[in-house]
Amino acid sequence: MPELGKYAVWVLSAYGVSLALIVAIVLQTVLRARRVRERLDKAEARRGNG
Amino acid sequence: MIRLFSRDLTLAVRAGGGFGLGLAFFLIVTVLVPFGVGADTAQLGRIAPGILWVGALLACLLSLDRIFQLDFEDGSLDLLATAPVPLEGVVMMKALAHWVTTGLPLTLAAPVLGLLLNLAPAGYGWLVLSLALGTPALSMIGAFGAALTVGLKRGGLLLSLLVLPLYVPTLIFGAEAVSRGASGQAATTPLILMAAITLGTLALLPFAAAAALRINLR
Amino acid sequence: MKRMSLWEYANPKKFMATTNVVLPWISVLAAICLVVGLVWGFFFTPDDFRQGSTVKIIYLHVPSALMAINAWLMMLVASLIWLVRRHHVSALAARAAAPVGITFTLIALFTGAVWGQPMWGTWWAWDPRLTSFLILFLFYLGYVALWEAVENPDTAADLTSVLCIVGSVFALLSRYAVNFWNQGLHQGATLSMDKEENIADIFWYPLLVAIAGFVLLFVALVLMRTRTEIRARRLHALQMRERMG
Repeated sequence: MPELGKYAVWVLSAYGVSLALIVAIVLQTVLRARRVRERLDKAEARRGNG
Repeated sequence: MIRLFSRDLTLAVRAGGGFGLGLAFFLIVTVLVPFGVGADTAQLGRIAPGILWVGALLACLLSLDRIFQLDFEDGSLDLLATAPVPLEGVVMMKALAHWVTTGLPLTLAAPVLGLLLNLAPAGYGWLVLSLALGTPALSMIGAFGAALTVGLKRGGLLLSLLVLPLYVPTLIFGAEAVSRGASGQAATTPLILMAAITLGTLALLPFAAAAALRINLR
Repeated sequence: MKRMSLWEYANPKKFMATTNVVLPWISVLAAICLVVGLVWGFFFTPDDFRQGSTVKIIYLHVPSALMAINAWLMMLVASLIWLVRRHHVSALAARAAAPVGITFTLIALFTGAVWGQPMWGTWWAWDPRLTSFLILFLFYLGYVALWEAVENPDTAADLTSVLCIVGSVFALLSRYAVNFWNQGLHQGATLSMDKEENIADIFWYPLLVAIAGFVLLFVALVLMRTRTEIRARRLHALQMRERMG
């Protein structure tokens, strides 16, 4: 851990919140991609059968 | 074209929404501000230009969704779109009618409300002038926003979200002109810049608004 | 061999096939660059003699601010392509980019605030740059809201494209207006953030890597989201057909 001195709170919160936001958008992207893909696969399968 | 304008005008007057509501809203906003910030006249005088401009802007916003909504609902907008007049001209006339029913009364009422807020005497001329030059842009930008949201069921809130950021340059220059004028500085630069924005808006936005209308009428 | 044109990628099938191959590589590269750039910046760079350890915020602040603006530019270009050439992938890519742009704008605003607090003694100053970013944020919100509000996908694509173009002009106007306004109010109280100009190499290289990481992250996210939008639209079409019987 580097010595952050008296600004530790600011620097750490900047990194913390930024990483949280990045993780949030990545997760949202991946989860929605997966959900849409599954539903599309199901719909395609229904069409194939019917 | 002129028939269209007068028709819009009579409709607005008959419905009573245009003139009355906007002005009443402007008045209420101005009356509420001292309750919020305190009755210190010096302080009120300092923030008066900004308050008056923001109040006028919000009052303008109130009646925007009516610009096209009624005509869209009863189908006359379709007729206008297929009529031999260019849709850009229709948009222009609609914006003009909106300005006459809201922007113009607001401009005329502003000095009275300036008294309430203890605006410096030097500021009144600039206030009226800047509103007269700036509110046409507000109406035109508003007509563009109304054209974007005309087909939507609950377009009103979305309309404000779309239009308010577009109002930023006009608001900045308008309020700046008044506050400079009120404090005795030279106010022509912001005024000229704002007039430039208004002219550019009037020249270009009818095309964007007409395009948006065509998309929505498809 | 047939000459490949860039427009080939505007075909959804072609786009899906290509991105299917490319996307994992870009994602991995983005992750590597981000981790290397940020770890390098956070752990292995010295403190600035004036700013102390807060200088480490630069590795988040500058790349995110850069990408927040570039995301809007990308949306503008994609909107123009959609309006002129009617390529669906283009419209969907613009839609896909907006939430990513919002995220980067938020990061830039937040890191700016926590950097400004210890350095300038205030969380927020109505400095031209900060204000412009806040306005950019509002434009993003309006754009996304319009996409969500309009039901017909083609109408939504058209309307948001028009909004994006008009919005770009007004965003630019606001930038200059804000400059004017602030100088008019607070003479002399300029908060310059132009550290990029005289930044030392030791900060510069990790910053470059971090910027590369943010760019790649943006590309990866937009590609993935565009793929999702294409699938969602196909799903929508299938469901409509099912309902029709």
